[in-house]
Formats: sequence, structure tokens, C-alpha cells
Amino acid sequence: MMKYSIFSLARNARTYHQDWPKAWRSPDPKPEYDVVIVGGGGHGLATAYYLATVCGITNVAVIEKGWLGGGNTGRNTTIVRSNYLWDESAALYDHAVNLWEGLSQELNYNVMFSQRGLLHLAHNVHDMQEIGRRGNSIYLNGVDSEFITPEQVKEMVPFINLNCRYPVMGALLQKRGGTARHDAVAWGYARAADAAGVDIIQNCEVQGFDITDGKIQAVRTSRGTIKAKKVGVVTAGHSSVVAEMAGFRMPLESFPLQAFVSEPLKPIVDCVIMSNAIHAYISQSDKGELVIGGSGDPFISYSQRGSFDQIEHVAGPILELYPIFSRVRMMRQWGGITDVTTDRSPILTKTPVEGMYFNCGWGTGGFKATPGSGHVFAMSIAKGEMHPIAAPFSMDRFSSGALIDEAAAAAVAH
Amino acid sequence: MLTIKCPWCGERDQIEFSYGGEGHIARPTETEKLTDAEWGDYIFFRKNPKGVHYERWTHSAGCRRWFNAVRHTVTDQFWDVYKTGEEAPVPPEDWDGIQSRAEYEAARSTQAAKKEG
Ligand SMILES: Cc1cc2nc3c(=O)[nH]c(=O)nc-3n(C[C@H](O)[C@H](O)[C@H](O)COP(=O)(O)OP(=O)(O)OC[C@H]3O[C@@H](n4cnc5c(N)ncnc54)[C@H](O)[C@@H]3O)c2cc1C
Ligand SMILES: [Zn+2]
Repeated sequence: MMKYSIFSLARNARTYHQDWPKAWRSPDPKPEYDVVIVGGGGHGLATAYYLATVCGITNVAVIEKGWLGGGNTGRNTTIVRSNYLWDESAALYDHAVNLWEGLSQELNYNVMFSQRGLLHLAHNVHDMQEIGRRGNSIYLNGVDSEFITPEQVKEMVPFINLNCRYPVMGALLQKRGGTARHDAVAWGYARAADAAGVDIIQNCEVQGFDITDGKIQAVRTSRGTIKAKKVGVVTAGHSSVVAEMAGFRMPLESFPLQAFVSEPLKPIVDCVIMSNAIHAYISQSDKGELVIGGSGDPFISYSQRGSFDQIEHVAGPILELYPIFSRVRMMRQWGGITDVTTDRSPILTKTPVEGMYFNCGWGTGGFKATPGSGHVFAMSIAKGEMHPIAAPFSMDRFSSGALIDEAAAAAVAH
Repeated sequence: MLTIKCPWCGERDQIEFSYGGEGHIARPTETEKLTDAEWGDYIFFRKNPKGVHYERWTHSAGCRRWFNAVRHTVTDQFWDVYKTGEEAPVPPEDWDGIQSRAEYEAARSTQAAKKEG
């Protein structure tokens, strides 16, 4: 792997940037791997990377039906935070934030992680009580969080309309929260995993599994059957479809979630501003586009589009809070299929099939967890036992009743 | 805009309706004998198919009645709606989810007419 640095940049400038090597190989699949990861999104690629670098298992393939990061990894609004309510969630998401902090250096790839601060606005008494409870619980878990007043919000966001239909009564601030570049996360992990020996195989769809005596034997793909000692499935919105191929069901439903970006503007929003009560949030990309998102469609669908009425639901509150954007033109709108659990917490789990593991259920908010999720999932696959941080997220919580209920309690969105 | 045909009121905007999830899930009888896994399955596990889905809707901003529908989850095209208690209309295997039921049946009958002629 060629190390990216100021020197390699200068060297390649002399040849007009025509001679950069490919960031990763595109090998043909081998007949057999120790571990096959299904799904080349951020979580799947991170899992492969940590299998190869932390667990010493390098005979690994990542099988992706489309292109790397073409799923929710490349469609999300890139918000990173760890201010969740429950201990189990705090452990998982904060593990991720800790890894984010050194990720660009570790991968030798600029993932543009920017801890620009993240505000959760409170608009009513319930919101104030919710951020009070959550803020204190987060604080007790050693994760940074601060309460701020409307005046302090105004100082951070001078163009906000505090006394609108959704008055701002206070906010919860996580200074370590922020954004990262989504594509770079997929590409950075892919390049580093490839350098560690992982085969990344794109345009290859998993269509079934060979299972004998309840044990995984092989993965059937559009490019032939590939034997595998272990399989990790990381397919987000399509996890129910893949589980059905293996003969069991997941406690998931798939909903479209959409986002929007505006034409590029000069820098104006220098933090992330979220509002749970009205389900609209905004940040600004380094290119200058306003990145705006809201809530998902209310019915299951794989349409990867999102409903028209949701656009209005998001645009209304955004303009009420930030009237300055009323003449900004939106440039693009898209949707992703999010894999949602009843308790809005992810599933990292063994399955009824021996040797087969699932990492899914991240729903509308898994981008932020990418490094942590990949790290603990890799260690779970390597050991054959769920890592202590991952264990509470096993699918048996849906029969034991030990749910990790972030749906009502913490910020549901992103 | 997606429209849905309420069996009582006719075709309306989707925003008048609320989604009720997968249909035809019967509450288990003899619940005292259920295992935790069976309870969990009833409450949390869903088919969530990519394709034909039998589901429940209620016309919340209209007649407020519940009914069932068959929809293709890739295209969001409805095959049909049916009243609670009625038997589910099953779309043919080769329905692609793009055509409406009327379009599909019209295409079928012209095909059949061509064969005969
Ligand atoms: C609009 C939107 C906004 C969001 N905003 C945020 C946010 O601000 N912050 C945040 O933390 N999270 C956010 N999320 C959620 C986040 O994007 C996801 O939780 C996360 O990216 C999931 O990553 P993943 O790698 O598990 O899945 P994906 O990136 O979806 O990867 C799964 C991959 O599996 C592949 N696959 C599926 N089936 C098969 C098969 N049969 N064979 C081979 N490959 C297969 C797919 O092609 C896909 O590439 C948002 C999501 C959306 C849609
Ligand atoms: Zn009606």
C-alpha cells in the first residue's frame, strides 16, 4: 500500500496525478475463506479490517452486491455522537467515538472527522425533562455533555429563531460530537483492510447459504459458491432478506429514511443542530452544502426513495427555526433503507446457525458507531463468543425481555 | 404522492392513513403455555419481505376504519385492499410490483386474446 503523505502527494504532482496506484485490489473470489463478511458498507469493511489487524485473521473476504458504501454508509447525514441514555449504549457508542478520534491516522486516510459539537434543542417541558434525565445519565457514564441556555444557543447559532412556533428552551451539547466524511470511512477501511490481506469483492450478490447440521459451510453468490468457516452478515436494510436465506427471522422492519442537501453556501452552520421533538436536523458539509434530515417513512419499504410528505415535514420546521434559509435551493434528495428494531438499539449476535453472526438493526443511526461496531463484532467472530460490549445487543434480548430501549428514552434519530 | 384505496371511501392520499404493520398475526391462544421465545416471536419478529406484503392500514383522517392491503415493498404498488375478515387476494407469482392490478389483468387478457386469435 502506498502511504499517503505530503511527500507522496508532491511526488505524484510531478506526474500530473496519473500514476496513483489503485486504493485496493479487485481479486476474484478464492474457493474458501476463514471468514466471509456479507455487505461492504462501513460496518462490514470495519469488521474485516479489525479481523485482519486486531484478531490476526487475514483470510477474509468482504462480499458486496453493489459498490462499497452504496448502502446506508454512503447515504447518511454523517452525524457522530455518543450521548445515549443507557449504560450499554453509552459503552458501545463511546467506544466508537474513542476510535474515531484516531481513525484518520490509523487508516492513513482522511475520514474528515470533525468534532464541531452537537446540539440537541429542547422545545417544550417534556424535552427539557428528557435532556435533563439523559444529560445526567450520560454524564454519570463519563461521556461529555453539557446543558446550555437559549442565550448560549444563540451565541453558537446566531441565525436561529428562538421564539418561533418551536421555542428553544434549552439544549444539550456534546462537544465531542460532530461529523465525518461517509465515503471516506468506507474507502479508508477498504484500503487498509485490503493492505492487511482482505479480499474485497464488489458486484457479487449473496443469494443463499449452504448449511449442514445447523452449521454454516458456504456462501452461494452470483459469482459461485465460496466456502466459509464463519460468516458475518452486515447488510443493514436487507438483513431480513439475508436471514430468510439462512432460514430464520430477525426482529427487524425496513423503513426508508431520506435526506437532502442544498446548493453549496459559504460557511454558516459550524456545529450539528438536532431537534427531536420536530424531527429535523441540520449541519453543513465541508463543501458548503446544508445537510438536512428528518424522520423515516411510517411504513416498511425497500423503495430506497422516501415519501414526498416527509420532505414537507422536514422543510417546515427547518425554515421556522432558521428563516435565513428560506431562499436556499435544495440540490439533491435521496433515501436509504434502514433496519429498525423495536427498541431502536442494534443487534450484534450469534444466530440459530452455528458460525453465522449478524450485525444489523442500526436503523437510522449507525454511521456514528462504525468503528466501534466493526471492532467488537470482529472480536466476537474471532473468539466465537460475543465481546462484552456487544453481548447485551444479542438477539436473545427479544425473548428474555432485556431490551435496550433507546426509542422512547434517548434521541431516536441519528 | 402515494395513494391508497380505502375499501369504504375510495382512493385517498397516503397521509390520510396510518400504517398498522404486518397483517394476519393472530394473538396466540393458551398464552400461559407460551415459552419466552414464542412470546418474543409474536411480539417482535416480522417477515419484513422484499416483495409482496400483507399489511394493515387505518384510514385515520377519514372513516377511521381498519382494513388490509397487499403491497409490493420495492415499488410501493398496491395489488389490492380488502376488508378485515375477508380472504386475502393473492397476487400471481409473476407480478413484478410495477403494474397495478388493473394494468396486469388488462395485459393478461390482451395476451390471451392474441393467443386465441
Ligand atoms: C438518510 C439517512 C441518514 C442517516 N443519518 C445518520 C447519521 O446522521 N448518523 C448516523 O450515525 N447514522 C445515520 N444513518 C444510519 C447509517 O447510515 C447506518 O446505520 C449505517 O451506515 C449502516 O452501515 P452498514 O455498513 O451496516 O450498512 P450499509 O452501508 O447499508 O451496508 C450494507 C451493505 O450490504 C450490501 N448487501 C445487502 N444485501 C446483500 C447481499 N445479498 N449480498 C451482498 N451484499 C449485500 C448492501 O449493498 C450494502 O452495501 C442514516 C441513514 C440514512 C438512510
Ligand atoms: Zn375510509
